[in-house]
Amino acid sequence: MPVTAANSVDGGLLVGAGIYKRFGALTVLDGVNFTLAPREAVGIVGPNGAGKTTLLNVLAGGYRPTGGTVSFDGADVTTFNAAERCRLGIARSHQIPRPFGGMTVFENCLVAAMTGGGLSGQKAYRCCVEALELCQMLRIANRRAETLGLLDRKRLELARALATEPQVLLLDEIGGGLTDEEANLLVGTIQELRRRGLAIVWIEHIVHVLLRVVERLVCMDAGRIIADGEPDKVIADAAVIDAYIGGKAAQ
Amino acid sequence: MSLLSVEQLDARHGLLHAVRGVTFAVAAGETLALVGANGAGKTTLLRTVAGAHKRAGGRIVFDGADVTAIPAYARLRTGIALVPEGRRLFAGMTVKENLLVAGAYGRPGSWNLDTVVEAFPLLRARINSRAGNLSGGEQQATAIGRALMTNPKLLLLDEVSLGLAPIAVEAVYRSLDTLIKAGATIVLVEQDIARALGVATRVACMLEGRIILEGRAKDMTREQVTEAYFGLKREQRATS
Repeated sequence: MPVTAANSVDGGLLVGAGIYKRFGALTVLDGVNFTLAPREAVGIVGPNGAGKTTLLNVLAGGYRPTGGTVSFDGADVTTFNAAERCRLGIARSHQIPRPFGGMTVFENCLVAAMTGGGLSGQKAYRCCVEALELCQMLRIANRRAETLGLLDRKRLELARALATEPQVLLLDEIGGGLTDEEANLLVGTIQELRRRGLAIVWIEHIVHVLLRVVERLVCMDAGRIIADGEPDKVIADAAVIDAYIGGKAAQ
Repeated sequence: MSLLSVEQLDARHGLLHAVRGVTFAVAAGETLALVGANGAGKTTLLRTVAGAHKRAGGRIVFDGADVTAIPAYARLRTGIALVPEGRRLFAGMTVKENLLVAGAYGRPGSWNLDTVVEAFPLLRARINSRAGNLSGGEQQATAIGRALMTNPKLLLLDEVSLGLAPIAVEAVYRSLDTLIKAGATIVLVEQDIARALGVATRVACMLEGRIILEGRAKDMTREQVTEAYFGLKREQRATS
């Protein structure tokens, strides 16, 4: 796959076409075209303020774009909010895990399955068990969420997203703050999700972790996609290095 | 002998282990640039050295004395001054008042209103303006000036270029360059890596709470910094 700043907008499972997002005078997304194919895992990197999380929010429905369209499985979902998109199959995790305190791990998942995924009864129960098993949390399903450590909070964040039965998983820095050993455990889980055919978009600063999962890397800078392609080629791309290091960095 | 010696420093934000066993030293007259991605722990490290963030472990030795247990205001009097991210000026007070307040709580020395204004000429016309009404560049100059008024031996600068127009960044860095040439000792956190490498004598790249690359700025290759920034090579140390 060549390194290019332009993406095809055809044939994707989740497509953002010509996305603009402005906050007052500030343009955070400046004409972004992003396509995620079914079963594909894409990493998004970029310096601070590049627009990565904003793009994720626009794809997930947390933000309505100022311009452009978002489509999912061939249907225009631009005007759908996050809850509506979640019911369709777009789930996301947040950078800072915020489990429902006072509820158990299982209850946290059940809220996601029922309100996020629109599931009920045995179906909701089964989805939660499966999500917790995948995230290696079944053994602590009855623990109160507020007693969890950072890794288990991240796992619960993932399990809650999975309990909605998504087709697309949007991950926002889920590896941040973990030790190497913890990150390895989480990578193992996400690799298993890939094997099961889930399409994934993953924003992460720890690129060496990201590269163990994704087959395609997108680099953003100043609200635009500046490189898109095979991870090794994107990382070696001069525009990417300039975006991070600056054009006049140590030569 | 190092002016600042940080040994196995740990700092946390709740469950997040933000600074993990960081060890580094800064010699007098040196400018160390701390670079790294968002969330790498740079600001927490700087604030912990200043005493503005509680350490979870480790030791900080400054100017031959162990300052680990002393509070931020007392560290200021030993000669450690922090210019925090976002400036944090007293917005309702004038530039002059901001500077004088700092001077009253600092150490005796050569920095005073006149020398600060001389170092940051853009403050001359704004000396009686409210800090909250200043431009970003003027606010940053005031924030650095406020730290200088305490006559520090070590200046900790956090993201001085953040949110500033390019012309304001130029002005701030011109003044910093003058300070560095005059022998100031600085630890600088900066997102703009090219800018940081331009003024620093040494560079430390942080990733996930650790320093993973450290060395002389002039010896640092673009590839080394990129790899460290992306976390592609762990525990790499350049010749120091």
